[in-house]
Amino acid sequence: MSSTSGENTGGGLIGWIDARFPLTKLMKEHITEYYAPRNFNFWYVFGVLALVVLVIQLVTGIFLTMYYQPSAEEAFASVEFIMRDVEWGWLIRYMHSTGASFFFIVVYLHMFRGMMYGSYKPPRELLWIIGMLIYVVLMAEAFLGYVLPWGQMSYWGAQVIISLFGAVPGIGDALVEWIRGDYFISGATLNRFFALHVIAVPLALLLLVVLHIMALHEVGSLGPDGIEIKERKDASGKPLDGIAFHPYYTSKDLVAIIVFLIAFSAVVFFAPQFGGLFLKPANFEPANMLKTPDYIPPVWYFTPYYAMLRAVPSKGLGALLMLLAIVALFLLPWLDRCRVRSIRYRGWEFKVALGVFVVSFIALGWLGLQPATEAIYIYAARFFTALYFAFFIFMPLYTARERTRPVPERLT
Amino acid sequence: MMVRGKLLNFRVLPVVLITLLVLAHGRPALSAGYGPMEPVSIDVSNTAALQRGARNFVNYCMGCHSAEFMRFNRLAEGLQLTEVQVMENLAFTAERPHDTMQIAMRMSDAERWFGQPPPDLSLIARVRGTTWLYNFLRSYYPDESRPTGMNNLNLTGTSMPHVLWELQGEQRPVFETRGVGGVEREVFVGFEQVSPGLLTPEEYDAFVRDIVTFLSFVGEPIQLERQRLGVIVIAFLLVFGLFAWLLQQEIWKDVK
Repeated sequence: MSSTSGENTGGGLIGWIDARFPLTKLMKEHITEYYAPRNFNFWYVFGVLALVVLVIQLVTGIFLTMYYQPSAEEAFASVEFIMRDVEWGWLIRYMHSTGASFFFIVVYLHMFRGMMYGSYKPPRELLWIIGMLIYVVLMAEAFLGYVLPWGQMSYWGAQVIISLFGAVPGIGDALVEWIRGDYFISGATLNRFFALHVIAVPLALLLLVVLHIMALHEVGSLGPDGIEIKERKDASGKPLDGIAFHPYYTSKDLVAIIVFLIAFSAVVFFAPQFGGLFLKPANFEPANMLKTPDYIPPVWYFTPYYAMLRAVPSKGLGALLMLLAIVALFLLPWLDRCRVRSIRYRGWEFKVALGVFVVSFIALGWLGLQPATEAIYIYAARFFTALYFAFFIFMPLYTARERTRPVPERLT
Repeated sequence: MMVRGKLLNFRVLPVVLITLLVLAHGRPALSAGYGPMEPVSIDVSNTAALQRGARNFVNYCMGCHSAEFMRFNRLAEGLQLTEVQVMENLAFTAERPHDTMQIAMRMSDAERWFGQPPPDLSLIARVRGTTWLYNFLRSYYPDESRPTGMNNLNLTGTSMPHVLWELQGEQRPVFETRGVGGVEREVFVGFEQVSPGLLTPEEYDAFVRDIVTFLSFVGEPIQLERQRLGVIVIAFLLVFGLFAWLLQQEIWKDVK
C-alpha cells in the first residue's frame, strides 16, 4: 500500500487518514516541525492575535446574521432587538463591534513590526503584498459592516465614502450609481452591502489569510535580528537558532492571547463605545436621509486617510492622495534599498524616518477625528501628509546611503 | 537600539490599553449649543433614583415621547418591581407586560403641532450623553420670539416646550461682556431665578437627574449586568493566564 504522505505508515485512525490525506505531514510542516527563531519578542504576537480576532469576528458575525434584518425599514430596530431581546445578543454584538476596532489595532501593530524588522525584504515581498491585500480587504469589510446598523453615521459615512468614487475621471458618477444600486443610498445599497459583508469579502479575506500563512511558511519567519535561521542548520537539518512552533510558540502565544482577551474584555464589558471611538453616539440615531449631521467623521482606523483627504481643497486630488498613501505601502520592498533588514543594525537615517512616519500617521489619525473648523488643523494635516509621503518618496535615497552596523551570524 | 531591551513586552500592552480606556472614558459626549455643561454623576445602580425617574418619565415625557425599544417587563426587572406593579403604575398605554413604551400621539399630528415629531427616547442617552440631557433640561428660558415662548441654551430654537416649567419656575440667562482672546464677547455666566417653581433649584436638579438616570438605563438596560459579568470574565482570564504562563515557563526551560 502506498502512502501519499510518506509519513506515519502505522496503523490506527491516524495511519488510516495518513494513507489518504497528508494529515501528519501537514501537522509537521506547519506546527510541530515548523521552526521559528527562538528570540521572537513582544511585536511577534500580533499575527496570531489577528487570527484570533478573525475567528471572533466570524463566529459573532454568524450569530448576528441570525437576527439582523438587512432592510432599510428593519435594520436599525433589528440591531436593538439583538441588544435587548436576544439572549446574549448584546455580548455578541459588542464583541463584533469591539472586534472591528481591535482588528485594526492588531493589524497596524503587525504592519509596524514588519516595517521595523524588514519583514518585507527579499524573499518576503510577496508575503508583504498579500498582507497589504488583507489590509485593503479588511478596510472594505469594516466599511461595509459599519453601514449595516443603519444609524446616522452608517448612512452619512457611506455617503461620504461612496462619493469618493465619483472622483474617478470620466465614469465617476455612473460608478457611484452602480455601487449604490440607486440614485441615493437606500435599502438597495444596504442589501448589497450586507451580501458583500457576510459572504464575498469574508471569503476573500479567508483565502488571503491562508495564502499569507502559506507564503510565510515557505520563506520562514525572520525574527527581530533579521537573520535567516535556515542558513545555519545542525546535522539533522534543524535550524540551530530555530525552535518548533509547537510547543514553544503555541504556549507563548496562548499567554499573549489571554493578555489580549483581558484587554478586549475590558472594552467589551466596561467601555463598549470606547468614548465614542468604537461606537459613535450619532449611530444610535436611525438613518435619516433628510437630516445631514453637522460632522461626519469616519471610525478612528480610517482617520489618517480622512485627514489627508481634507487637507487638499480638491476632492479628486484628495481621493488620489488617499489611494497613493496605501499604494506606497505596497511598494515598500522596492523603495527600501538597504540590505540590512532589522532596525537593530540599520543606520540612524531609517530609524529617524520610521519615527517620522509613525508620528505623522498617528498625528493624521488624531487630526482626522477633529472637526475641520480650525485652520491650524488643516495646515497641520498638510504638514503631516507631506511627512507621510516624504518617508516613501525619499526612501530610495536615504536607505541607499545608510551606514549600517554588522549583522551577527547567529541570533543574539 | 530603540526596541531591543525589555522596554516593550507583554506587560506594556494592558497598561497602554487601560490608559487609553481611562482617557476615552473621560471624553465628553456629543454636545450642541453653547449653554452650561455642568458635570453630573449618573448611577444606574441606584434603584430608587431609577424608580423615581421612571415615574417622572411616564408623567412628564411620555405624553409626547415614546421609548419604543423598552419593554415593560424588562423595565420591571431593572426597577426591581413586579410586573403587576409596573403595569398598574407605569403602563397607561400598554396592555401586556411585553409591550414596549409606545405613545398614543400620531406622528402626523405631532409633526403639525411641533414642526417635527418628538424623537423616540429609547437611545437618546447614548446619542446625546447623560451630561447633555441633564443640562438641556435645566437650560430653558423665556423667549417671546419662539412659538412655545421658551428657548433653550443647549439646543437653540428647540421645538420642545418647557414641560417642567411648573416645577422649575422661570429663570433668565445672565451674560457678561468679556474679552476672549482679544475679542469682546457675550459670555454666559449663569441662570438667575425669576420666579420660583414648585421645586427648589436643588430639588429640580435631583428631579432631572432621576429622569436622566432612567434614560441611561433605557438606553442600555443590560449595562449593570454587563459590568458585573466583566469582572467575572476578567478574573477568570487572569487565573487562566497565570496557568498558561506557568506552562510556558515549563516548556521554555530548555531554550537558552
